[in-house]
Amino acid sequence: MTGTPAVHLAGVGYSYPDGRRALHGIDLTVAAGERVAVLGPNGAGKTTLMLHLNGVLTPTEGTVAIGGRTIGRDTLRDVRRAVGLVFQDPDDQLFMPTVAQDVAFGPANFGVRPPELDERVQEALAAVDMTEHADRDTAHLSGGQRRRVALATVLSCRPEVLVLDEPSANLDPVARRELAEVLTRLDATLLLVTHDLPYAAQLCTRAVILDGGRIVADGPIDEILTDDTLLAAHRLELPWGFSVPQRRG
Amino acid sequence: MSGATAATRLHLPGTSPVHRLPAEVKIVAAVTFVFVVVATPREAMWAFGAYLALLAAVWTVAGIRLSWLAPRMLIELPFVVLAVLLPFAEAGERVVVAGVSLSVPGLYAAWGILAKGTLGVLVSLTLAATTAVRELPGALARLHVPGSITTIVVLMIRYADLLADEAHRMHIARLSRGDDPRTLRRIGATARGVGGLFLRAYERGERVHLAMLSRGFSGTVPAFGDPARSADWLRALAPTAGAVLVCATAWVTT
Repeated sequence: MTGTPAVHLAGVGYSYPDGRRALHGIDLTVAAGERVAVLGPNGAGKTTLMLHLNGVLTPTEGTVAIGGRTIGRDTLRDVRRAVGLVFQDPDDQLFMPTVAQDVAFGPANFGVRPPELDERVQEALAAVDMTEHADRDTAHLSGGQRRRVALATVLSCRPEVLVLDEPSANLDPVARRELAEVLTRLDATLLLVTHDLPYAAQLCTRAVILDGGRIVADGPIDEILTDDTLLAAHRLELPWGFSVPQRRG
Repeated sequence: MSGATAATRLHLPGTSPVHRLPAEVKIVAAVTFVFVVVATPREAMWAFGAYLALLAAVWTVAGIRLSWLAPRMLIELPFVVLAVLLPFAEAGERVVVAGVSLSVPGLYAAWGILAKGTLGVLVSLTLAATTAVRELPGALARLHVPGSITTIVVLMIRYADLLADEAHRMHIARLSRGDDPRTLRRIGATARGVGGLFLRAYERGERVHLAMLSRGFSGTVPAFGDPARSADWLRALAPTAGAVLVCATAWVTT
């Protein structure tokens, strides 16, 4: 697999059915195992881009390839398994009555049957430290727990690429740190769609700035986040009192 | 968040043999039982007593007390009101009871609604009391209920409370800005609130659907759990078989 990029977008453009242009000529290549933050102000097209990565939206021009498979009718199922999308609101993602059933929903759709299905559920719940909550009602979990279960519902599909939309939104500081610890342990290719810059700095090594549906910057995250002029030009700024720590190692 | 949800209020956790039966056999048994009750001629009053006795036997095994059932029966109240009106309103042969003239067909109609309605509610409550919500998706899928209907049921259970919470938050937000929904001229604000809630629910529906597609949803909900064994079917259908016998006898004798 070495050499084949995990994610490769070539000239991707997208217009909504009402004619509004959301993405313009996006070229983006992400190597396997890379951790990339997709930054940008509200309405920049971040979520639209994310929905292209597993074929929920089809580009009006250009191509999207995941692990060398160009998304098309015949690769769609495989690509949906390979790309795990974690949506911003866990309540949109979790709909089954219990945590375990929700975590099993994805792999069951992809044809995994017991006893392997139960192993997948156990493995995914263990990865997000939620094993003891398997039989709980998803509606009765805390915000942080719900977010981690939402992550488990895609981990159980054993994705090659993990895409998270605003994972730190609405989390209290402890839940935020716990989620970061879980994410750091994972070895999948990671795309973090966010405007939470410190979180991006903590978890990613590379950053891409999306504004007006175009990629306007792409580079090591330390360089991007220390370029105040660049950030300001795209309605991004570090929170008060925060400075990017020197990367260890 | 509201503590007890509609689903948990109607469930009585337990480990009785009735609780342990797979959900799909209980659903089939309950639905058939209700059909049998409805198909019984209302003139055969003894038959309804027999149905009640069969249900009472199930309650004894399942450990459901009358004091648990009674308050949950209130849902039937609107039908009772309708039934009470019928003997006064119906035409036909009349009979005088305690100085009040009542219609005989009306009395029979009222009895029919009351008896069949009450038994229907009792059967539903028995099913709900002994079946956890978590068993429903698998059970419906194993019964080959179309995937879209199973999804709707599952989503309804999951999102009804979420939507109620959202409505409550919007209501509080309006109150905090000086809205008084009791006055008639404020009805516009309330109506817009309902409209807003509808839009939010619609948008959420779209997002949930996207999230399901992303996890490979193709129209069928996976059937979790083990399928029911023949012994389960035999046990669950025993009271229903009794009801079928009662119904057949009622048709022959009346």
